[in-house]
Amino acid sequence: MDLRKYVDKIKPAFEEGGKFAALHSTFDAFETFLYVPNTRTSKGSHVRDCNDLKRVMIIMVLALMPALIFGMFNVGYQRIDGPEYTILQNFWYGFLKVLPIIIVSYVVGLSIEFASSQIRKEEVNEGFLVTGMLIPMIVPVGTPLWMVALATAFSVVVCKEVFGGTGMNIFNPALVARAFIFFSYTASISGENVWFADNVDGHSGATALSQWADTGATQYSVCDALIGTIPGCIGETSTIAILLGALLLVATGVASWRIMLSVFAGGLAMGLVFNAIGANAYMQVPAWQHLIYGGFAFGAVFMATDPVTAAQTNTGKWIYGFMIGVLAVLIRLVNPGYPEGMMMAILFMNGIAPLIDHYVVDANIRRRNKRVKLAK
Amino acid sequence: MSKNIEEKEPLFSAKNMASLTNPFNKNNPVLVQILGICSALAVTVQLKPAVVMALSVTVVTAFSNLIMSLMRNSIPARIRIIVQLVVIATLVILVDQFLKAFVYDVSVQLSVYVGLIITNCIIMGRVEAFALANKPWPSLLDGIGNGLGYGMILVIIGFVRELFGSGCLWGYKVIPEWCYEHGYVNNGLMLFPPMALILVGFIIWIQRSRNKDLQEK
Repeated sequence: MDLRKYVDKIKPAFEEGGKFAALHSTFDAFETFLYVPNTRTSKGSHVRDCNDLKRVMIIMVLALMPALIFGMFNVGYQRIDGPEYTILQNFWYGFLKVLPIIIVSYVVGLSIEFASSQIRKEEVNEGFLVTGMLIPMIVPVGTPLWMVALATAFSVVVCKEVFGGTGMNIFNPALVARAFIFFSYTASISGENVWFADNVDGHSGATALSQWADTGATQYSVCDALIGTIPGCIGETSTIAILLGALLLVATGVASWRIMLSVFAGGLAMGLVFNAIGANAYMQVPAWQHLIYGGFAFGAVFMATDPVTAAQTNTGKWIYGFMIGVLAVLIRLVNPGYPEGMMMAILFMNGIAPLIDHYVVDANIRRRNKRVKLAK
Repeated sequence: MSKNIEEKEPLFSAKNMASLTNPFNKNNPVLVQILGICSALAVTVQLKPAVVMALSVTVVTAFSNLIMSLMRNSIPARIRIIVQLVVIATLVILVDQFLKAFVYDVSVQLSVYVGLIITNCIIMGRVEAFALANKPWPSLLDGIGNGLGYGMILVIIGFVRELFGSGCLWGYKVIPEWCYEHGYVNNGLMLFPPMALILVGFIIWIQRSRNKDLQEK
């Protein structure tokens, strides 16, 4: 049977007054998923770009793929006897461990999105496609599924829908989900046991950052951190895989290279300041190593660049990114409670971003006013 | 005689009852007037201190309203604030001493927040907005209503925070051990004040979606 005809046939049931009117948004989402919508702008003039939200989101998801696939392999590799298996066996093991987290995150998040857009009588947005993929990548593989579900629900409702849905949120929803788990169930997201999928007694190990915080040295080499064969959250370990994603994002113009560059610059600058102080062994860790260990690179490439929560002006982007880098390294080195500072730094700067934009725009207006006065 | 009849109003007239019950619904001091948020965040980690705090504030609002209403015609308007402060401070000290004498452990838990009842905006707000312009009986009802309306929110938040934050209610374990054995973990975020603020937000959300006339355009 012709699919188009079938969709047209069942369409009236989902319109106002139809049998399934309560599922209108869901129907609409799947129809536009199957076919390009032929609705035209009914009033006023619009400038449309073929690079719509759907395409932007898909490119984001594609950019996440290298880090995700490597993360799955790494989950297998971090088993107690992981190195004895082949790459494919390790990947398959990790795939089976990570897939449930991805499914839970998508099912919970999308059902809330669908329900709330139905209540608001809006179309379902594609915003959660990326968030739903980011959440599994920034939690440890040992996180219980119900915590992922609860955190996803919390972040979609409190951080996103309350503010008006996709594009209206102040804070990055994926990071809010992580922050929820971090503050609610601290023991499930930090420590020595959560980074491994196999619950073998005696198989534990701290992340590089915890080791740094304890002794100022880590057993994992720079090469390991670049490739990513170290314990950590699922998607964050491999700097090379993350940079592959970054290349795609910058080449397609989906994410701002200014933010990425300035986050790294900020982290490096703050690291150098602490190198100069050098009060303890941790502060003497070479500044550039901060950029490749932990979640720094992942945050810089995929989280800080979120176009909704980042600063919008170009000057603002430089300031915003630089401050994220500065704060992330500051929290790592100075606050003993949080081995990883990237989450806090990005969330904090998410809140400040509108203020930065305000002053950048303000300064621009003043500069132009001055020029007008000079011309007179 | 005729004067008496003129002023006669039944003790529980509709108007008087409204000043008692409105704070529970459309004029809740926490949800609608957004007063008393600070202590709603500070003392609601557990149910018991929340209930004690609710009762203490109710006693203070009720009697400060009553006393100020009795004195309303004899206080010069220019010094009324200082008189209010004296009355409220006296009542707060009485409540504080009472708690120290009879429920010492809760008093220790509440620490400075008993003394800080004096800064709770609800009390002075009600005295200024209601007691100074109304007779003693309605003022007393208004004080009780607002105190309990505030207390209601405290108890709801305290209930949720203690249940999910530490698995207890009134200090007794209510979440059974087998839940923990099957992987349930207490929610640490509930123990932080920000979560109380988010809960207040949720309650405001529910209340506004039920009362259409509270929704701002």
